[in-house]
Amino acid sequence: MRVVEKRQLLSAEEISRTLQRLAHEIVEKSGGTKDLALIGVRRRGAPLSERLAKTVKDFSGVEIPVGTIDITLYRDDLSTVGPQPVVHSNEISFSVDDRDLVIVDDVLYTGRTIRAAMNGLFDLGRPKRIRLCVLIDRGHREMPIEATFIGNSVQTSDTEIVEVHLKEIDGDERVVLVDRVP
Amino acid sequence: MLQRLEHLLGIEDLTREQISFILDQAKPFQEFQRHPLKKLATLRGKTVALAFFENSTRTRISFATAAARLGADTMNLQAEASSLKKGESLLDTVRTLEAMRPDGIVIRHSSSGAPEFVADRLGVPIVNAGDGTHEHPTQALLDALTIRDRKGKLEGWNLTILGDVLHSRVARSNIHLLSKFGVRITLCGPAMWMPRELETLAPNVRRVTRIEEALDSADVIIALRVQTERLHEPALAAEEYILRYQLTPQRLQLARPGALVLHPGPMIRGLEIDGAVADGPQSCVLEQVTNGLAIRMALLYHLVGGAAVEPPPPSKT
Repeated sequence: MRVVEKRQLLSAEEISRTLQRLAHEIVEKSGGTKDLALIGVRRRGAPLSERLAKTVKDFSGVEIPVGTIDITLYRDDLSTVGPQPVVHSNEISFSVDDRDLVIVDDVLYTGRTIRAAMNGLFDLGRPKRIRLCVLIDRGHREMPIEATFIGNSVQTSDTEIVEVHLKEIDGDERVVLVDRVP
Repeated sequence: MLQRLEHLLGIEDLTREQISFILDQAKPFQEFQRHPLKKLATLRGKTVALAFFENSTRTRISFATAAARLGADTMNLQAEASSLKKGESLLDTVRTLEAMRPDGIVIRHSSSGAPEFVADRLGVPIVNAGDGTHEHPTQALLDALTIRDRKGKLEGWNLTILGDVLHSRVARSNIHLLSKFGVRITLCGPAMWMPRELETLAPNVRRVTRIEEALDSADVIIALRVQTERLHEPALAAEEYILRYQLTPQRLQLARPGALVLHPGPMIRGLEIDGAVADGPQSCVLEQVTNGLAIRMALLYHLVGGAAVEPPPPSKT
């Protein structure tokens, strides 16, 4: 099995522009920034949520709280072969009670990650509302979960993989569609 | 990178990297103890057998709570209630437990090496919760986590262990663990509890009989529980032990400023430790308890949650 790059979905500049738009949409559809907080899903949701918060601060002057959630303990596919995945800490320094939360992730696929993230958030308190913001929606849902804020919707086959590269984690910055070929 | 752990039988055979990995993995579980809702479903459907062939309250409750917070069920076996009194062998007892298909067995036993004996014969992950005078690995791990949190690192400190080192599995596990991180270890207590062999356990271990000398330059002090049944005339009366070895506020002054005081519990105030020290700002005893939960949750998550261990061939008995 080889992995080949099929095409680039977003350039660095397009990622930046998409995030600008998403930040504006989040504030607009929330009727302001009251109670608003962003929760990045580890790993790539974390830098994305930081960037969204920075954009919101740039245009509104308001600093909205940002946290990071690790979903490892809430996965529904814990391995029965091989070692367990490494657990990381949540970094949420504010109470989620009565907050208007927006979960931020890079790619929405089966919806299972978001289900796990919501379970994790419920252990921390009772948010007023939870919505979802993703950079890429690639379809193939296995849960009744949809995003409120979507950067780009992409048609994919289930052998394809959407790879999001962010400079904070990967060094480069782009979104590519790759395929597994036998 | 990390050699996968199948069991936790002791500290001696672990590498520094394996120890650091366990301590790092305890971090998210430390944070978890502050959650309003302390219940995960991570190990839902898994069963952890708690086989305590020796009395224990705090260690058993800690493991039971760790398992419960991960969503696992527990089966409890306590020596008093079991068939042990009827003469059943250790192997028969644990095989009976195994036949109920637990996903892990936590075992405490008064014989050194019992957990290893069981691990060699069953196909279930085994966690040593204290065996004879051999090891108490989860205690050493939670002590290390406490020291690392308070002092920022493990490397390079001076550690003093006070009390009945000879009979202490806590001391042995701590010596093995901390010496791997370059900690200089001073053992201090009555000569009858400090045989020369203790110095051969690990590098950088020395024995001192005067507490004033042992506390000089200490960064971390572990006061061990002294069992009153071991204090009797003519060898050593309790009064003499208190006079010569009790950790008092005055003696604590001899250590480095801000030196940490740890105690594995149960603590006997007025015997090995003065109440003012136990409740003072340098005392870490309650953090040790909370950290114990985090360490045990991390271990159960990795040992019980992972792949099934292939049972060894049945011929070995």
